[in-house]
Amino acid sequence: MDKQFKLRITKHPILTFNKDKTVKFTFEGKELEGYEGETIAAALHANGIKVLSHSHERKRARGFYCAIGNCGQCNMIVNGMSNVRVCTEMLEDGMIVQTQNDKGRLL
Amino acid sequence: MIEVEVLVIGGGPAGLCAAINAAQAGAQVLVLERHELPGGQLVKQTHMFFGSEKQYASVRGVDIAPKLIDKIAKLDKINLETQATALGIYEDGVVTAEIKGVYTHIKPKRIIVATGASEKTLVFPNNDLPGIYGAGAVQTLMNVYGVKPGNNVLMVGAGNIGLIVSYQLAQAGVKIKAIIDAAPKIGGYLVHAAKVQRMGIPILTGYTVKEAVGTDCIQKAVIVKLDENWQPVEGTEIEYEVDVMCIAVGLSPLAELLWQAGCDMKYISELSGFVPVRTKMLETSVKGMYVAGDVCGVEEATSAMVEGYLAGLAAAESLGYKNEIMAEKRQDYIDQLEALRGGHIGKKILSGLKKVTI
Repeated sequence: MDKQFKLRITKHPILTFNKDKTVKFTFEGKELEGYEGETIAAALHANGIKVLSHSHERKRARGFYCAIGNCGQCNMIVNGMSNVRVCTEMLEDGMIVQTQNDKGRLL
Repeated sequence: MIEVEVLVIGGGPAGLCAAINAAQAGAQVLVLERHELPGGQLVKQTHMFFGSEKQYASVRGVDIAPKLIDKIAKLDKINLETQATALGIYEDGVVTAEIKGVYTHIKPKRIIVATGASEKTLVFPNNDLPGIYGAGAVQTLMNVYGVKPGNNVLMVGAGNIGLIVSYQLAQAGVKIKAIIDAAPKIGGYLVHAAKVQRMGIPILTGYTVKEAVGTDCIQKAVIVKLDENWQPVEGTEIEYEVDVMCIAVGLSPLAELLWQAGCDMKYISELSGFVPVRTKMLETSVKGMYVAGDVCGVEEATSAMVEGYLAGLAAAESLGYKNEIMAEKRQDYIDQLEALRGGHIGKKILSGLKKVTI
């Protein structure tokens, strides 16, 4: 199995997962693959990327905590826009995803 | 400005059921759901529900959501907007929302707030390390998107959520090193505990997290035994090499909109946080504003659905929609809630409700 997809569940007693369409995106300039219909955070996680951003003051590593858009731990820069909650934002082909280490900019 | 008779904020089990009932009674309904997928937390719940047939007992949560969404699709009076987040409720009754990226004003005659709850965290050194997730987050990742959170997990919390998510992790092929709980006894149903214990997963009661260890991600979890005064006992530490720590220590109501709207709020520990004072028909102290589901007291999806039906009915009735079966339906929902709150967990809920129901 491809190493980068080792966290993908391939067999499950109850659920089946729709993984028909592959999409390409970049994280910190590196090209990665995910699936249509999943969040950016899920695709990053499946690629083994758990550190999404760093805290404003002490620059401590941040990953998502709640995965439903409440906790604000997963803010990243997506297509140049800061403070995107990647745990709820859907992955799209060609997305440019970058880590965020500050409060972000409006434009 | 969108004018609507009933605005439902939240498209989870409570909100969807509220919308169904309000529309069936004759009201025009708009539902705002912030995610792309309606159904709330139902969409990640692979376990079968308890309760009675009316609340879809023995049906898995993942299969209940499509049933409710189907019902809504058949009701012309409901407009269900996804990727729609309510932003504020103002004194003149105007609600602002972002609907698919567009800032929108809504003027509803009645509002049903069904925003649910959010996961609590636990305080210990390095609790912010990536790899430490809320139990709901693990469920989302695993059961909605088919991605494992990692390979070795320490589960914190032996309530129903901790036990059920442990079982689901095992189903997905993830190893659970242990389930721990600070309480001296397992909090969840014994039927769930027995299931995970049969899989060889140890449950350690009277233990808490001392610290997490790691640089960029969690690499180790250290737990420690608590004495009868809940103080850590030195020398009883156990270390686990894990890449995931899953925190299942409960939820607290997502009540920001209720605070902003000026509802009377009370801290009720049995209901897991600040909740609105409400009538038996689930109307808050702000006239025309109703609540249903976890936002008015953390319980389960079954009671959230019944509360939703009740609030939807009450909101429609207050608008003047009447029919001959309404009284009967209302009594049925009240009876269903009573039955659902019959067990030992229900006792706690009932004592909390007593303090906020007027």
